[in-house]
Amino acid sequence: MTDQRSQAEIVRQSLKRRYRKERRFRAYGILAIAIALSALVVLFVDIIGKGYTGFTKTTITMEVELDGEMMYLDDATDKKQIKMADFVEPLLQALIKQVPGATEENRDAVRDLLNPYASNELRDMLEQNPEWLGTTQTLTVLAHTDVDVYVKHAGDDAYSIKLSDRQQRWVDQLVEKEVVQTSFNDVFFSSGDSRDPSRAGILGAIVGSLLTMLVTLVLSFPIGVAAAIYLEEFAPQNKLTDFIEVNINNLAAVPSIIFGLLGLAVFINLFGMPRSVPVVGGLVLTLMTLPTIIISSRAAIKSVPPSIREAAEGIGASKMQVVLHHVLPLAMPGMLTGSIIGMAQALGETAPLLLIGMVAFIVDVPDGFFDSATVLPVQVFLWAGSPELAFIERASAAIMVLLAFLVSMNALAIWLRKRLERRW
Amino acid sequence: MIKLKTALTTVALAGSIAAVSTPAMARDTISIVGSSTVYPFATVVAERFGSSTDFPTPKLESTGSGGGLKLFCAGIGTQHPDITNASRRMKTSEYDLCQKNGVKDITEFRIGSDGIVIASSQKADNLDITLEQLFLALGKQVPSPDDETKLVANPYEKWSDIDSSLPNVAIRVMGPPPTSGTRDSFNELALQGGCEDLPAVADMSEDDMEGVCQSVREDGAFIEAGENDNLIVQKLIDDKGLYGVFGYSFLEENSDRLQAATLNGMVPTAEAIAADEYPVARSLFFYVKKAHVGVVPGIADYAEFFVSPSAMGQNGYLKDVGLIVPPRDALMKLQDKASNMPNLAKEELM
Repeated sequence: MTDQRSQAEIVRQSLKRRYRKERRFRAYGILAIAIALSALVVLFVDIIGKGYTGFTKTTITMEVELDGEMMYLDDATDKKQIKMADFVEPLLQALIKQVPGATEENRDAVRDLLNPYASNELRDMLEQNPEWLGTTQTLTVLAHTDVDVYVKHAGDDAYSIKLSDRQQRWVDQLVEKEVVQTSFNDVFFSSGDSRDPSRAGILGAIVGSLLTMLVTLVLSFPIGVAAAIYLEEFAPQNKLTDFIEVNINNLAAVPSIIFGLLGLAVFINLFGMPRSVPVVGGLVLTLMTLPTIIISSRAAIKSVPPSIREAAEGIGASKMQVVLHHVLPLAMPGMLTGSIIGMAQALGETAPLLLIGMVAFIVDVPDGFFDSATVLPVQVFLWAGSPELAFIERASAAIMVLLAFLVSMNALAIWLRKRLERRW
Repeated sequence: MIKLKTALTTVALAGSIAAVSTPAMARDTISIVGSSTVYPFATVVAERFGSSTDFPTPKLESTGSGGGLKLFCAGIGTQHPDITNASRRMKTSEYDLCQKNGVKDITEFRIGSDGIVIASSQKADNLDITLEQLFLALGKQVPSPDDETKLVANPYEKWSDIDSSLPNVAIRVMGPPPTSGTRDSFNELALQGGCEDLPAVADMSEDDMEGVCQSVREDGAFIEAGENDNLIVQKLIDDKGLYGVFGYSFLEENSDRLQAATLNGMVPTAEAIAADEYPVARSLFFYVKKAHVGVVPGIADYAEFFVSPSAMGQNGYLKDVGLIVPPRDALMKLQDKASNMPNLAKEELM
């Protein structure tokens, strides 16, 4: 009796300490989560703070007199004349009229407010509407990147304002007159890369990413699932299959740049495939995602309870019928989740693409699997290294688009799992 | 039946592999590789070329000068690039590689110059330094302050330890990593330029001298910043005691916030670099593979477009991006070159 009481006493005495220990342990956990969350918050605040201005563009809207004589153009349907014509002059004259106090003498200073490619915009508009020649139209063209930076970031130390004091006054007045306006940056979503930040867009990179991902998905999903089914359901348990298994697990941990080297050596140097094309990119990323897909597919197949297989076999189904009719449908949600996560990883990959030439300056939006292309993360990488400061906000905006893609892919994976998963 | 199916699949598979592995795939886009220093200029030309001619916009990869020449010289055929950019001249060994792989006819274009600058925030003390002092500040092994024929590990901690006219702040210089062409040129032109006349290395063999002169100290005074020159610029603005090494175009882009150090009495201006008076200046090139002219459309037109006065003239758009353009008569010669495409001879490179 006395012995028992003293034991209860010991427990009671240690109770406080044990509770304290538990509380401390919980606090560590909360601290860990707080650190992870704050890292995420810092990342998002930084990217969004730098990048949200990338989603707006600065334009100049004005009445432009399309005088044929001024442009050296008397027939806008003539390709040759269009090529030689001067499209800067009408824009410049229109802008001089808008700028208070500007005259012919300051034409160079006024011209520096126009985007260097504004004349190409006008050319394209005239090519589409030849009847505009000789009329006056209200046109909206892009402003120069320096104007764009000034309108968005005047007073921000991180940016250098390159306009002269006089030009700054002009722009202030033009903003007041609503000649210079900011609006949603549709150029960013409708064009390829450019060396002029205000003309640069991510459409080329998005299409490149989609083409590459398509190749990756079409190749890696069937191969991965087939390999997983064979290894899990049909393969005999012996030294050879053990060896294969170990190697697949190791492959999943191989740094991705190695796959890039492999792609360079095999697909480009041996097979003579062209550089910088989505097919080669897709093949390399297939090699990279295959282990992830095989491992997750095998785990999904393993989680199908043996009773299902036994029941199917019990009523006389063949091995193949068991797998195709019962195991595979039940394992599919897990396989899909694994594949989507593998694809999301591939979408954010840059290193292997460096070696096969997908890190390149490509202006035209790719229109096929054998067309030169880049992908989204590569576009971010290229812009982040550009000397023009206005590319910083474009790079951050592109990161946001990339993150949106990744988040939606992960959300799809979660949704599929929630919807299709069955528990036993 | 099953056998037939397998046979068909096998044939289809073999066929697709064969189709994929046919080497000479037709290409209508010019493929350009090469130096990351020329890249900002060449991309502007390429983009304008694409938007003002009927040819597609050329594709540009930034592989570094050496990497670009290696790809360029790998052979004839559309899987190999048509043009390579370089921030130094082709070496004779590279020329030989080209010849060996059948790339016989090459045309060289010297498109202008670029300078490497040492810059700091405008609020910092500006450096007015000779190349010799620069080597003493950054070399791994420098002549001992007591006995100038003996080499010791770099003892200098402040700029003013080297010469009392220099600012009294700790030596901290941020620069590109060894993989960068800018670093190669900096080592070769700035550091070796300041070191090779020192008595301590005068008697060494050429290799040993290069080893001493081009080794940068590793005790934290020289900070490697990765290939991102923007990052260096940002750090310089935040930190008044820091100096940075990068290309002239980045200085021009940030001229309202940065100032450039005076080297051997020369301020890096476009004129001084073009005239080769600024000590750390180099020429930029691009090389055209003549066998591809006519096979891939637009190569000759691109070369002409690059050297046209609207691009490289005194008012050209490349000047706005920071290229130091060649003088008028050199530009005229380049235009002749673009229309005649003369072959580069090995003797020219020696």
